[in-house]
Order: sequence, then structure tokens, then C-alpha cells
Amino acid sequence: MVTSSAVAEPQRYLEAQIRWRPVEIAFWLATLLPFVLTPNYLVLASQIAITALFALSLDLILGYAGIVSLGHAAYFGFASYTAGLTARWGWGEPLTGLVIAAAAAGVLGYLTSFIIVRFRHLALIMITLGLGLLLAEAANSASWLTGGADGLQGVRMWKLFGVFQFDLYGTTAYTYSLAILFVFFLVARRLINSPFGLALRGIRENAIRMPAIGAPSPAHIRKVYTIAAVMAGVAGALLAQTTETVSLETLSFQRSADVLVILILGGAGRLYGGLVGAIIYMVARDQFSGINPQYWYFWIGTLLVAVVMFLPNGILGGAARLVRSGRSRA
Amino acid sequence: MRKTLVAFANIAAAILAVTSAQAQQTIKVGVILAYSGQFADPSAQMDNGIKLYMKQHGDTVAGKKIELIRKDTGGIAPDIAKRLAQELIVRDNVDMLVGFALTPNALAAGDVSAQAKKFMVNMNAATAIITTKSPYMVRTSFTVPQLNQTLGSWAYKSGIRKAYTMVSDFGPGHDGEAAFHKGFKDAGGEVIGAARYPVANQDFSAFVQRAKDANADAIYIWTPGGPQPAAIGKALAERGIDPKKTKVLGQGELTSEDALKNMGEAGLGIITAFHYDYNHQSAMNAAFVKSYKDAFGRNPDMFSAGAFDGMHVIYEALKKTGGKTDGESLVDAAKGMNWESPRGPMTIDPETRDVIQTVYIRRVEKVGGQIVNVEFDKVENVKDPFKAGMKN
Amino acid sequence: MIASAFGVLFDGFAYGMLLFILSVGLSVTLGMMNFVNLAHCSFAMLGGFVTVTLTNELGWPFLASLPLAFLSAALVSVAFERVLYRRLYRASDLDQCLLTIGIVFVSVAVAAYIYGTIQQPVNLPSYLRGSVSVWGQSLGVYRLFLIGVSIVITAVLVAALEYTRFGAKVRAAVDNQRMARGLGIDVDRVFAVTFALGSGLAGLGGALAIEIVGLDHAFAFTYLIYVLIVVAVGGLGSIAGSFVAASLLGISDMAGKYYFPELGAFLIYFVMVALLMWRPVGLFGRR
Repeated sequence: MVTSSAVAEPQRYLEAQIRWRPVEIAFWLATLLPFVLTPNYLVLASQIAITALFALSLDLILGYAGIVSLGHAAYFGFASYTAGLTARWGWGEPLTGLVIAAAAAGVLGYLTSFIIVRFRHLALIMITLGLGLLLAEAANSASWLTGGADGLQGVRMWKLFGVFQFDLYGTTAYTYSLAILFVFFLVARRLINSPFGLALRGIRENAIRMPAIGAPSPAHIRKVYTIAAVMAGVAGALLAQTTETVSLETLSFQRSADVLVILILGGAGRLYGGLVGAIIYMVARDQFSGINPQYWYFWIGTLLVAVVMFLPNGILGGAARLVRSGRSRA
Repeated sequence: MRKTLVAFANIAAAILAVTSAQAQQTIKVGVILAYSGQFADPSAQMDNGIKLYMKQHGDTVAGKKIELIRKDTGGIAPDIAKRLAQELIVRDNVDMLVGFALTPNALAAGDVSAQAKKFMVNMNAATAIITTKSPYMVRTSFTVPQLNQTLGSWAYKSGIRKAYTMVSDFGPGHDGEAAFHKGFKDAGGEVIGAARYPVANQDFSAFVQRAKDANADAIYIWTPGGPQPAAIGKALAERGIDPKKTKVLGQGELTSEDALKNMGEAGLGIITAFHYDYNHQSAMNAAFVKSYKDAFGRNPDMFSAGAFDGMHVIYEALKKTGGKTDGESLVDAAKGMNWESPRGPMTIDPETRDVIQTVYIRRVEKVGGQIVNVEFDKVENVKDPFKAGMKN
Repeated sequence: MIASAFGVLFDGFAYGMLLFILSVGLSVTLGMMNFVNLAHCSFAMLGGFVTVTLTNELGWPFLASLPLAFLSAALVSVAFERVLYRRLYRASDLDQCLLTIGIVFVSVAVAAYIYGTIQQPVNLPSYLRGSVSVWGQSLGVYRLFLIGVSIVITAVLVAALEYTRFGAKVRAAVDNQRMARGLGIDVDRVFAVTFALGSGLAGLGGALAIEIVGLDHAFAFTYLIYVLIVVAVGGLGSIAGSFVAASLLGISDMAGKYYFPELGAFLIYFVMVALLMWRPVGLFGRR
């Protein structure tokens, strides 16, 4: 989609990208539908919003900077436990708890980013996997702190803004999660459509050449990795607060692998890929497991294979191709 | 025109009355289990236990029909379990929550049961504190301290003075270790070494060798079900530990039917403490095992028994309340319930709503060409010692 | 301490050999075509279940079932390669991941459906059971057998690579695919055959694994991590790398658990991260 005139005028290109397209406005309006159409599914909707935020954070490093991480759940879980422990130790205010947890995840992300920048390809993937597994083991061992396999108990959240209680129906949970998702989506969108975002895409394409044009790769990578860690942390904290429980599963390889699958399914590097992937994967999983509790992953597996065969580059990638071929035909 | 409208309205009203009456005539039971993933087999056995009870006693109680709504948590996933519990109550209007193979899921759902004041039957998850999470919850399986503390004190009484313990490095393993140590040490025994092996461990050579080096009278092992019991049995044989010289003690999962099939003769002589075995000698159990085998093609295990007894509590409680399904009435009806189950006598403790039952001490022996658990001692009316200790 | 340590290290080496058989196929194919086949352990699982069915249902002797485990996994992999994988050679790594993960999901569900979710028992012949005493040490017979099989396989693989024409083509394709094509080597065909062999070996590994680590419907997931660790640490495209990495991991895992049991599961991940940070391309990998 980059024509030569756009290349010559990066300012105009970025400005064009940042304008809100009608389909985007429709998407965000549609996220309000569950309140009206499916009020009994708000808890599921809040968990989809949380997963979408998590997937978006992975997209920043995977889709835009080209860093494949199999341990991204480390930041999700770390912040989840931080938020849970903050509430358990007496401070149950949701928003400040969220900030504390996100900051903790950010610090962890910043520290790990120094390791991340030095590696690529399979070594990077396996190192992220290894670090994630080590953190999960540590959490299991520190059961005096984390509650171990039983999970963290005694997490009680105060009312949001002193008014809205986290209830059985999930209304507060969904409103809260959706609002936070939207805020960070705006942050990500701004980030991607900025010179920094362009530099990231350059790094993804050819990391070795980037310093030659004055864009120091390691610094950029550390920056985006820290931001991604913060966002993953926010998602983790949201889960802890809206469900009032935290378990070792939030740090697990399973969760890292799931979010990777979700992002690839939706289409990496397309900003909305994580969101679309999260919606489709989690709704499909909920429906399949309702119909067939024992073998639903057969259907999920078939869905994944079908998407890859017919929609390369994820659902949004395939959709973009269809739109392009439709346009060229018209 | 008017007559048609009136007739139409009458028919509509009649249909509405019938369907709503039908709706009032149904009792919805939300079943939350880990149907897929690592714990699929225990969940399948629990589901079978539920199905068998309903097959034997019909699906109508106190004039109302029982309808099951099944949900899958996929494994250990308290956030999903909590959401499913909420959805079952809010969306499907269930009258009670049952099932729960896993502790974290049971704890999360316990919160929902307490908030929504719904009756909850925990048919498996064995960590002691679970029943404290909701005043509307009862348990029909066992607790880890109930079995292991009893085993500890029994071990001393049977002449063991020095023990080496080896447990899986996570919550239930730590609980088993603590319970065994307490029972054994309180009775006068000495624990000369305690090791913890990683949860996902496949190869037990190193740990078994360390146990052998310690030279104790007995080795106590706590392991969850799955591939590990068989691996442990084989490692014991390979490293040359003779169960006739060094006693090997454990919780019943160590010698489950699966494990024994895989271990073969390596398992002979292992002593375990458990609350249910398909080989338990009683007329009621023989009938239970036979009908289970006829229906599902395999023997029942402790998961099946837990679920079967859970359904018993539900049915009897409903009979007592005459069909009322609010949490308060059902849990009051369940408290103090006493009956003969395929496993032996069982009571629901009115104070803690937990299970009081007989703990059997069994040894693995070859009987008629089959390798099975043979009960040779028992301790009756065992309450959960952990909660009893909490009061003091 | 040293005497009993020998027994433990022997067991660790045997475990490592099992990992080697499971992983060597993935290392070579990943190094050659860069095709991310996360479903590698599904083929291993297939081999395991073939052995279970043959020995338990049809009463075959264990040893006779092993070649069939190899063959069935190899043949099924050929089918997959023709129908699905071939179309994705030019696709992105991520798409290959998604496809093969989807296949893993399906394979786990099918295994659960056909065989149930229990631990599968295996009927070993009596001469493979028990242990023998060597220098006062109790060594498991089955583990000796496993080590023997691995050494034979390694010897055959190395000999094939060094002394056959096909082996030369494989080495060329792994070293520099473009050059190899330029020299007229039919790289696609070489890959197809290597892929079949590698998957066949995985199937054999799956069958051999039952006695050591057990087999259930989730095997394809559980062992994926360990196989990836061996491949990454050993270096892509290297048989020697897989051998050394697998032995190292098996032995250090055992030694760690024996001498430092409190470290438990930490050790194997720590060793992997440390080794990869020291040599990112793996012990025997190339840039």
C-alpha cells in the first residue's frame, strides 16, 4: 500500500494512516453491542477484551518489531499477581492497583529487554520460552507468596470509583476492561503510526541495516518491548481484578502459546489482528466447548488449519487480500 | 375477530402456563469439570459416576426433572471456572453447581456459590480449605490430610520408626507431606529426609536413588495420578528397592488401576491409604462395580465414587426439602446425612460440611492372577484433621 | 556417592537418548528447509499408539511393532507433506506455526477420541524387563536396550550422511539450499524423503518412550517443549548437535535432581537459557 509518492512524503503518509476509517468506527461501536444484545455474556466479553489487549501487546513486538516471544505471559502473570497481592494486602482500589501492577510489569520488561535485544531467530524464541518457564517455576516454589497451585486467595476489590461493584453479571467488569482496552489501543495506534513505528517496521524487515540510516535498533527494541510488557501487565492486572483470583496458569507456557496462536490467527502487524483473533478464538472456543466439552479442540484445530490454508497472513491478511482483489477487479 | 383473538390468547396462555410450569418442574444442575486437557480422564470418570446414579435412580426427584448442563474448564483455570459458574447461574439459571475435579477451580467457584447463595457439591477436589469458601458447599470425596495424616499415625503404629518422604512439588504434594509428617511425628516417628520433585518430572531415578541412600524403614511418596505412579514404581524396581524390606507408603493414586497395570510386578508390596477401591469387598460395591462396568466398559475409581456419592447427596437433600432448591435449604438437608456408599459408611459433617469416612490401609498383592489393592486394615470415622486442627 | 551417581547418570544418558531419537528428525528438517513443523511430536505420538494397538490388541511382540511404528509415522508424514505442508514452504514462519499447531490440536483430540485419556500400558517381553548388575550397579535392561538402539541409529545416520550420494545431497541442501538447487539437486525431493525419515524416527521414539515416560493423548503437546530445547541447543541441521544436546540435557537433568533436588525443574531451563546465550546458534549450528 506504499506508493512512491507516499515514500517521498512520510509526514503525509503517517497522517493518512492515522485518520479513522469508517470500518474502525463501526468496530468500536460494535463492542458496545454486548451490553444490549447479550447481557448474559458480559463476563465472557470482559475476558475477550482482556485477551485482546494481551494480543495487542504481543503484536507490538511480534507484528511490528519482529520479535517472536514464547514467554510473553511472564508479564501478564507477573502483573496479575502484583495486582492480586496489592488487593490482598489491603489496597483494593482498582485503578491505582492497575497502575502499580503495570509499572511492575514494565520494570520486569525493561530489565529483560537487555537480554532480548542481543538475540534473534530460534535462540530468541527459546530464550523467551526458557525465561517464561523459569518465572513460572519460581512462582510455584514461592507458594508462601503466590498461593502456589491453589492460586491466590483473599483478593477483594473495592468498588470502581467508589460506586461500581464487580458483580456476578460482569457489567462493571466489561465496562472497565473495554475502557482500558480502548485507551491502550489508542496508545498503540499512535505509536505504530509515528516515526518510531516506522522504524520498528524497518527493524522487522532488516535489523542489520537500520543503524545505517540512523535508527539505533537496540534502543528502539528495548523501548517497544517495555511498552509491550506494560500493556501485557495491564491485561493481567485486569484479569486479576475482574475475577478476584490469580493462578499459576497466568504465567504458563499455555497462555503464551494461546496468545501467539490468537495473534497469528487474526493477522500480525495489522493493529486489529490481535483483537479480531481474540474475539474469534474465544467465541469459537466457548461455543465448541459448549457443544462438545471433550473434543472441542478438534474443531479449533480444524479452524486454524482452514484459516492458514485459505487466509494466509491471518484473517485480516486474507481479508485485505480479498479487498484488494475485489478492488482490482472493479 | 374478537373471538379469534380471545381463543388465540387462551391458547397462548395455556402454552405459557404449561411451559412455565414445566420450567418450574425442572431442577438445573450445572456440572463444571475439566473435560479436555490433562485431567480429562478423571473428569470422564466423574461424569460416568453422575450418569450411573441417574440411570439407577431415574432422573426425577421430588416430582421434578433433573437437567444437567455441562461446562468444560480445560484444566486448571480458575478464571474460566469462575466465569462458567457465573454464566451457569446468570444465564442458565442453575439451582446448584457440582463437579470440580481441581482445587483452584473449586476455590474460584466457591466464591460464586457464596455470593449467589447456591448449593455446591464438590465431588473431588481434595484440598482441606475448599469447603470453608462457601457456607453452601459440601464435599463428597476426601481431603488430603484425612488420608495422609491417618497414614502417618498408622505407619508408626505398624512399627515404622524412621521415614523418608518424597512428594510432588506443588500444593497438594506439600499438603500430603505436611499431613504425613504431622501424623507420623505426633505418634513418635522420625522423618529423616524430605524431598520434593518437580511437578512435570518424568524420570524418577535420581529421587529414588536418594531415597535409597537415606536407608529409612519406610519411604513415603505423594504423587498425583497420571504417568508418574507407574514411572515411580518402575524406578523403585530399577534402583533395587524391595518393598518387603523397605516399606513404600503412599496415597491411593500411587497404586491406581492404571498405575498397577503399567507397573506390573514392580508394585507388589506397596502400602497405600485410600477411601475407595473397586476391589473393596462389600455386596454394595460389587453391584456398583458390575453396573459401572456394564455401562462404561471399565472399572470405577475414586473419581467415579466421589461423583456417584455426590449425586446421592443431591437426590436425598432434594427429597428432604421436597424440591426446594435454595442454597440454605439444600445445605441444611445435606448436613449430617449418613448412608452406606459403595466405599463404605459415609457422613457429611454438620459442622464443616466435609466428608467423614473410613480410611482403608491396603497392600498391593497378586490375587487370582490379578495385581490389586487388598485392604488389610482400616481407621473408621475419620474427620478432616486439618479443619479440626484449625479450631484449636 | 560416585558409585550410586553412576547409576543415575546412566539413566540420564538413556533418557537423553530417547530425546535424541525424538528430536533428530526435527533438527535436520528445520535446518534444511526452515519449515517449522510443530506437529513433529504428533508423529511421535502416532508411532506410540501404533505400538500400543499392535501389542495390546493384536498381540504382536514389542520388537516387531517398532518397525511398524517407524513406517506408519513416515507414511502419514508423507501424506501430510503432499497435501498440506508443500503449499506452505514459501509461507511465513508464523503461518507454518499456526498450521502445525492446528494439526497438533486435531491429533490430540483424535487420540483422546480413539484411545481415551488414560495412560497407555505397554506389554514388554520379559527379556526387556528388570535390571542387570554391572560393577555392583543396578542398570535397567530396557534402558540398556534404548541406548543400544540409539547408538545403532546414530551410526546408520552418520554413515548414510557421509558415505551415500543421498547423504551428500542432504548435506548440500542443509549447507546452502540455493547453491544446491543451482547445482541441479532436487532439493524438494531430498526434503520430502528426509522429512519422512525424520518423522519415522519420531514415531519410533514415541514407541520407545512409552516404557520410560508413558504415553497418553496429550503426548504431542507435552514433549514438544523438550524436543524444541534439544533442537535449539544442539543446533539446526546437525545430527551430532542433537546427540550431544540430548545427552547433555538428559544427564544434567538427572545429575541436577540427584545432587541439587531443591533446584528441581529450574535446572534444565536454566541450562538451556545459559547455553543459548553463550552459543545462540546451538552447539553445532552454523550462522
